[in-house]
Amino acid sequence: MTSILSTHGLTAFYGDFQALFGIDFHIAPGETVALIGANGAGKSTFLRAIMGLTPVAPDMIRLDGAPIGGRAPHRIVASGVAIVPEGRRLFADMTVEENLRVALDNLRGRRMVWTLERIYTLFPILREKRHQPVQRLSGGQQQMVSIGRALLNQPRLMLCDEISLGLAPRVIREIYAVIPEIAAAGTAMILVEQDITLAREASSRLYCMLEGRVTLTGRSSEITREAIAAAYFGGSDAVA
Amino acid sequence: MLWLDGLMQGVLLGGLYAQYALGMALMFGVMRIVNLTHGDLVVLLALIAISLSAQLGVGPWTVLVLLVPLAAAMGWVLQRSVLNRVVGEDPLPSLIATFGLSVALQNAMLQIWSADTRSLPGGGIEQISWQVGPLFVGVLPVIVLGAALVLTAGLAWLMARTRFGRALRASAADVEAAAMVGTNPRTVYALATALAVAILGFAAVFQGLRSTVAPADGAAQLIFAFEAVIIGGMGSVWGAFWGAMVLGISQSIGYRIDPGFGTLAGHIVFLIVLALRPQGIFGRK
Ligand SMILES: Nc1ncnc2c1ncn2[C@@H]1O[C@H](COP(=O)(O)OP(=O)(O)O)[C@@H](O)[C@H]1O
Ligand SMILES: [Mg+2]
Repeated sequence: MTSILSTHGLTAFYGDFQALFGIDFHIAPGETVALIGANGAGKSTFLRAIMGLTPVAPDMIRLDGAPIGGRAPHRIVASGVAIVPEGRRLFADMTVEENLRVALDNLRGRRMVWTLERIYTLFPILREKRHQPVQRLSGGQQQMVSIGRALLNQPRLMLCDEISLGLAPRVIREIYAVIPEIAAAGTAMILVEQDITLAREASSRLYCMLEGRVTLTGRSSEITREAIAAAYFGGSDAVA
Repeated sequence: MLWLDGLMQGVLLGGLYAQYALGMALMFGVMRIVNLTHGDLVVLLALIAISLSAQLGVGPWTVLVLLVPLAAAMGWVLQRSVLNRVVGEDPLPSLIATFGLSVALQNAMLQIWSADTRSLPGGGIEQISWQVGPLFVGVLPVIVLGAALVLTAGLAWLMARTRFGRALRASAADVEAAAMVGTNPRTVYALATALAVAILGFAAVFQGLRSTVAPADGAAQLIFAFEAVIIGGMGSVWGAFWGAMVLGISQSIGYRIDPGFGTLAGHIVFLIVLALRPQGIFGRK
């Protein structure tokens, strides 16, 4: 099967600082792939590069085989990629429903799989709070808005940047419970996580990054904890 | 009675200042740009209005209908060709670019229209007034105030209730996040500036009718817009309106204390607000 998205020797820079050193990555349509790695490994930078938020050469990123590297973010979204960004990045001073509607406003006639109604069914609490400003919501509820907003972009590929970060275990379970339903809609997902157990359970394949490079990749069910520990921290003398 | 008259004249003057201030509040609120050509654009549009009126032999309302779309187009081009290149976290590039543009605009206007003072003929409307008890209320200032109210309410409605308003507020809150949700910030910005300058089209016609314009007048208009926006609270639409009222009333009362004190009184109130409530009367921290 051809990849929905692939990267080829992807590099990224912040000024003189190189954050990614040639990432080769691929994901098939409908597949769920986890991307794990310690803080500062370059996971967010990788997602930002895909979204067109850091300058990259066209050939470094291919969507459906076509080079899209460096395209403007709104065009990436229009071609079927959405992101749940690190830190949620909701529009402050706007209500839950307004936040969600901004995504709908940008559809320009694209086929609608996800509707407001469907998001409210996925996360019933958001229906209750739809007219509240987002900053009055709890962290978990805000994360639901961010996920809902990304889904309303009708993505074929959704990038999730540490959606469990800072949330209580119960809330994390609640949010991860919707991942299978999103996958069932045919949406491919890249799940960036620091929680290795969570990442393995939710994905079919995983990549581990360390200091801007991929240090391990394989089927989530087949990779051993030891291999992950080594790839995660660098070397077998793992230091937490 | 002198004070009551001063208050009323101040409110009416505030109507004109509100029209200067709305566009600035919009541009600052959405893009964090302080457009230093703001006053020059009012003057430029007023001079164009005066030339249109003379060339075509039409009245001020026809001029208004022609001028506003032209102003919108100018705003669009300004954003697309200049401001989109300098907008960003750092406010300095846009300040430098608009400062340079302001100087260039003033020189161009001097070339085309000379330094003469001109005004827009209103066909007599500028002289009509109503007598209300002991006060005389000019018809034109009342029209200006009414237009300011309609423009402010219309802009506030647009921001709060429409799809475009949502895009504006989303871009104002977090432009990168807006782009990640599929918004094209450059288009949103171009439309915002088009709208801001279109409102200046109204201000220009009324300025030309009420008093005179000359190519170098832009600086004063810029300052008044700026003061109104700061007094009201940066980036808020109704804040800009009320800030303009406070400024208009301060100037008008000051003028009645001493004719040389009017503008200064406005500056003093502005400075007091800045010292006591830097986020503006209606602004939040
Ligand atoms: N805006 C930025 N400017 C400079 N360096 C950055 C910026 N964002 C991230 N970095 C650096 O790039 C590296 C990768 O960061 P990031 O992609 O955020 O890692 P992760 O998401 O895996 O924690 C880190 O060393 C980080 O310090
Ligand atoms: Mg990160």
